[in-house]
Formats: sequence, structure tokens, C-alpha cells
Amino acid sequence: MSVQAPPNSVTKSISVDVPAERAFTVFTEQMGSWWPPDHHILDAPLAEMVFEPREGGRIYDRGTDGSECQWSRVLAYEPPTRVVFSWDINLQWKIETDPERTSEIEIRFIPEGESRTRVELEHRNLDRHGDGWEGMREAVASPGGWGRGLAAFAERAAA
Amino acid sequence: MAYQAEGFSALADPTRRSIFERVAERPAAVGELAAELPVSRPAVSQHLKVLKDAGLVVDHADGTRRIYQLDPDGVDALRGYLDQFWNQALRAFKAAAEQPSEETR
Repeated sequence: MSVQAPPNSVTKSISVDVPAERAFTVFTEQMGSWWPPDHHILDAPLAEMVFEPREGGRIYDRGTDGSECQWSRVLAYEPPTRVVFSWDINLQWKIETDPERTSEIEIRFIPEGESRTRVELEHRNLDRHGDGWEGMREAVASPGGWGRGLAAFAERAAA
Repeated sequence: MAYQAEGFSALADPTRRSIFERVAERPAAVGELAAELPVSRPAVSQHLKVLKDAGLVVDHADGTRRIYQLDPDGVDALRGYLDQFWNQALRAFKAAAEQPSEETR
């Protein structure tokens, strides 16, 4: 029996050789330039990702057929030091409409000199997604689900 | 855009992915997986170890067998998935941020 509570978050850190202002802009307004292209839940091919640069803004994907998929809310927007946004995607790989059942990502941009920035990421409150985990088995196997994204990426990574 | 091969490395192997997908559908023992796939038992065990280390599956004893399944609690597997996802995403972010600025457009 485990007495240790499982960690409820994922934390990452990476240093980039650019000033904090640029790191912040690329991470937010230019999110579509780096976001892994297989990680979208639109039915249509992705045309663009839109990050509305303000607290209360939306982050959404737009498909080539004009369809939109809003998968996040900007919870804090403090350029060039901090941004927090929600992860409104449930374990069935669908949009979660109940904010109580979503996790969130905080990014901190910490200058390490004039042209270097440490970017710290915390994706937290993962247990809020906990209910309904059983459905993930179906999601993995279903066309267009988790499995497809993983498989597509894995093929790219292995190529 | 440059994507490096390390991301999702646990699932980059097609055989391992097949094993993962089968385990995701229903809990299974090593022998069952080996019987369904053109892979030896030791190879299946090795693949399962990698999946376990990546936080994608868990195991428990059932008599003399070990049964593998997605973590029923879910958080560990979700965390494993997101751990890999953010590794990949941040590497791509770094590459994008360090590209010559297009601010003069």
C-alpha cells in the first residue's frame, strides 16, 4: 500500500537564448509556431492556433474548414514574466466544459542575463481530470483519439 | 520546424505501441501479449518495463503472473503522457524562440 501521494503536477524547465520578452511572445502569441502539430482535437486539418493575449482570453484552434475548438482560457497574462492558462481537455480527448474538472499550466519567464531566459512550466491539478479515467481506454482505441495522436507523433519521431 | 526524436520515445517503437494499445484496451499478462504478437516473451517484458517507466502502464501480481494495465487511478498515466508532451513541446518552443526574429516584418 502506498503512503506517498502521487505527484499531482508535471514540472519542466528549459533555457532559451533570447530575452524574456521574446520568449514570452513566442510562447503565447506565436504558440502555433511550435505547438506539436499532432496535438489538436479538431476533425479538420489545423489552419491556425489563436492565443488571445489578455487575461480572460481564449486559446483555440481553427480548422481549414473554419471550425473552431477552444481548449483553453487564459487565466493570467503578465508579460514578460508569467502566463497561466487552463487545459480544458478531458480524458476522452474532448473539451471539458466544467472548469472544476480542468487542470492548468503556469509558465514563468526568468531572465538569466540580457539574452537568456529560463522558462519554468508547471502543469498542475492533474487529479481534477481523475474521474472518468476509464473512458480513456476507449479514447486510446478510437479513431481520432489519444492513440492516433500518439501514433502519429511516434511515427514522426521514429522517422 | 524541427522535432527531435526523443519525445514520446516510449511509444516510438511500433511493437511497443501495439503492446500499449492492447494493454489500454484490457489488462493483460506478458504471456497473452506474447501470444498475440510476433514477439518473444522477454521482448514483451522489456517493452512493458519501458512503458511502466514512462508512467503509461502499471502492473500487479495475479498468482504467478503479472497483469499490466493503464493506471486505473489515471493520474500517473496522464502525468506520464503530459511529461512526454511538454518535453516535446518545450524543445519545439526553444527552437522557435531562437530562430532569427521576424519582428522587422
